[in-house]
Amino acid sequence: MSFAIQALTRSLNVFHLAGSACNNCDIEILDALTPKYDIERFGMTLVGSIRHADLILLSGVFNKKAAERLKILYDQAPKPILVIAVGGCPATGIIFRGSYNCDAPPSDYLPIDAFVPGCPPKPEAIISGVIKVIGRLRSGEARPAYENLASGGHYR
Amino acid sequence: MSDVWTITQFLVFPGLVFTAAAGLLTSWLDRKVTAWVQMRVGPPLAQPFYDIAKLMIKETCVPANGSIGLFLFAPLLGFAAMALASTILWRALIDPETAFVGDLIVLLYLLAMPALGVILGSFASRNPLASLGGSREVKLMIAYELPLVLAVIVPVIQVGSIRLGDILAAPAAVASPSGVLALLVAATCMQAKLSSVPFDMPEAETELSGGAYIEYSGPPLAMFKLTRAMMLFTMPVFLVVVFLGGTVGSGTWESAAAGVGTWLLLIVLMVVIRNTTPRVRIDQAVRFFWGPVTLVALVAAGLAWIGW
Repeated sequence: MSFAIQALTRSLNVFHLAGSACNNCDIEILDALTPKYDIERFGMTLVGSIRHADLILLSGVFNKKAAERLKILYDQAPKPILVIAVGGCPATGIIFRGSYNCDAPPSDYLPIDAFVPGCPPKPEAIISGVIKVIGRLRSGEARPAYENLASGGHYR
Repeated sequence: MSDVWTITQFLVFPGLVFTAAAGLLTSWLDRKVTAWVQMRVGPPLAQPFYDIAKLMIKETCVPANGSIGLFLFAPLLGFAAMALASTILWRALIDPETAFVGDLIVLLYLLAMPALGVILGSFASRNPLASLGGSREVKLMIAYELPLVLAVIVPVIQVGSIRLGDILAAPAAVASPSGVLALLVAATCMQAKLSSVPFDMPEAETELSGGAYIEYSGPPLAMFKLTRAMMLFTMPVFLVVVFLGGTVGSGTWESAAAGVGTWLLLIVLMVVIRNTTPRVRIDQAVRFFWGPVTLVALVAAGLAWIGW
């Protein structure tokens, strides 16, 4: 396990990015950030600026306009960065798949580390998903997905 | 030889390394007490160190249209100033004889440097939210510096010296009514100087999403976080030295206990205020500091003048 992975996984700053979501996943994400679940135990804190982010929590299907913004925001994030998709929409697009305003769900063009299925998933499931990603990165079973993108994690 | 010794003091103890480590532990205390107030478990002891290590491995993004040189220089300004301030403070505390005349004035200037660094960095990043945060930091600084200096004048009038060594040899300022008032004023100004709630308008997580720091990432952000942690540790030490004077300067176990106890009390009081108050607007903050707080500070200075 490299020092970089060790340092990154012990102090994840979470950035919450909602792209044309129906708001149910967003509510569950906000629930996961409440004192009841206390994610600061794992060193996670919510940040407001993409420049401070280490982990992007995606929710929603990202229609044509939101997808452009998603790529810009992803480029602006300092690497290494992890992306976790919350809910069914970013994975498959569920009922919006093939809709006139959606080209493709983010899983088709964005390097995503993990999917948390559910419509919406419970806060426990979101936290469990993040902890599983941390575990797999630390044990060396997985590498951060941004490395899969050519040009080292940048679109432009 | 003495040059090497001085540089070692600046870089290791009681300067950069010591203050950074103590500051990070203090910021853990801050977060842990916050967690207790919210009935949570809170972060592990090493969490602030992990945060800094993580920021060190992150990419440094620079804004395309910003002033790159100033953007990268600004975090170092406050960082170096805090290390120097801590060195002067602790040297006076360990051996009051080494203090030079006017070191209190130098300290007041050095403690203002981190805010200047934040202002320069936020304007250099050329982000509208950052410049809004920077302008709030300017106004906040103008607001709290006046009552803070007036409060620090109280022990100076009582002792009749602007040398920390003399203040540390004289009786405690808080033993008099004017000293108690001045300590209250200085503790309020400390809250604003650390830009913690209710005076955190420069950062304002909810409306400016990081404010002055919004464009910073990686090592420069780590410098800002370290500077803030060092400030969190050093500001209460400064208040303890100035207002407890001879009580902490005698070098006995009782004096050390009194110093650490007061330091802890100031920190916990600050954290509890931070967690139980909402953020005020910038105009409310300026009115508060130039109105009641300056008035109390003037009364304290007047009381000290007539010998109370």
